[in-house]
Amino acid sequence: METYYKPEDLPKFEEIGKYAPELAEKFFDYYGAVFEDGALSEREKALIALSVAHTVQCPYCIDAYTQACLEKGSNLEEMTEALHVVAAIRGGASLVHGIQMRNISEKLSI
Amino acid sequence: METDLNIKAINNTHHELPDVIPFNTTLADNRINLLRDKTTTLQVNLGLLCNQECKHCHLDAGPGRTEIMSKETIEHVASYAKRSEFRTIDITGGAPEMNPNINYLIDILAPLTKRFMLRSNLSALDYSKSNYLIDLLKKNNVVIVASFPSINESQTNSQRGKGMFNKSVEVLKKLNAIGYGMEGTGLELNLVSNPSGAFLPSSQDQTEIRFKKILKKKWNISFNNLYSFANAPIGRFRYWLEDSGNYSQYLEKLVSGFNSCSIDGLMCRTLVSVSWEGYVYDCDFNIACDLPLGGERIHISDMPGAPEEGSIIAVANHCYACTSGMGFT
Repeated sequence: METYYKPEDLPKFEEIGKYAPELAEKFFDYYGAVFEDGALSEREKALIALSVAHTVQCPYCIDAYTQACLEKGSNLEEMTEALHVVAAIRGGASLVHGIQMRNISEKLSI
Repeated sequence: METDLNIKAINNTHHELPDVIPFNTTLADNRINLLRDKTTTLQVNLGLLCNQECKHCHLDAGPGRTEIMSKETIEHVASYAKRSEFRTIDITGGAPEMNPNINYLIDILAPLTKRFMLRSNLSALDYSKSNYLIDLLKKNNVVIVASFPSINESQTNSQRGKGMFNKSVEVLKKLNAIGYGMEGTGLELNLVSNPSGAFLPSSQDQTEIRFKKILKKKWNISFNNLYSFANAPIGRFRYWLEDSGNYSQYLEKLVSGFNSCSIDGLMCRTLVSVSWEGYVYDCDFNIACDLPLGGERIHISDMPGAPEEGSIIAVANHCYACTSGMGFT
């Protein structure tokens, strides 16, 4: 079935540099450096990337960082907990705006 | 000889996918001539009998297998070890503990080497419910190399069978209690972690740090070193890869991860592996694929000594498992 998202497109990511090679080089150098071991381990960074992938709902990133998390030694319990952090922040972000809603409503109401 | 081996490896279609670049071609493209170094390790496979049926097993070992090394072959192994002087002797299986001649083997082989290693799935160490074997290992200062794929119970059990995580923890505690893995005892306890699926292993150094921290914190368990190995796409693991639709993708992952820097440290360069029948191979994976050392089956009793330095190593596409990423030493 035709789809906008094709798994075989994921390995073509670097081809995005075709029409802007200098910018792509800067981006991919930065991208590589970001995921190196630093104050956070590669495993922790992969879990953050998986969470962000679900937040931006990118199928390519979900595929890539599910595999990366497993390869860095994470397991489904940890990965699922990371998604609940995503859900809590996304849900919390909606709910906390309820204060704005109340403020406006209270100002307008007698 | 080299050409014959190459053709044999390339034509070994039972173990290959036609659309994968043959391992020999990758070696040639990288100008690598994979040859043996000085052989320092004798690996002995005591057979395919095992109390577990792990999904990643490259030998398809299990409780229903009857192929085990006989006492007569063990004696041939001892004669070979005497005339070749190996720095390390490495005992594997199946579960070596299930071979009824294991105690005899330890008695006659341990004095013939500086470093005597036993690869264990942990649960088999406790299979007889007797402490005799564990005490014998301690008495002979045998290095224990134990499979411990994950610090996660469900990942471990899905790979090795129900209840195997808790059993492994129990046996590790028992080994710690008699000094294994404890500082100052000289009793070495190493762990091996394999991925629990169609993905590559995590960094060995990072995994060792994490396992040490969590095993100590949760179960007060200590160990010396951790080795992180990729699963070879043969035997029962290949069946699982095929059944789950992961075979092509996994092989592609191994091929694309080829790391020429891993070649120098490959175990096949310094090891000779003896099958339960007494035939010699370049490694245990080649036993699983019946890809003998030198291209034809030679019995250990006919081997004058260790394989010659500079001789060719038999390869096939499963060799990508040892050369992908950080490699397999």
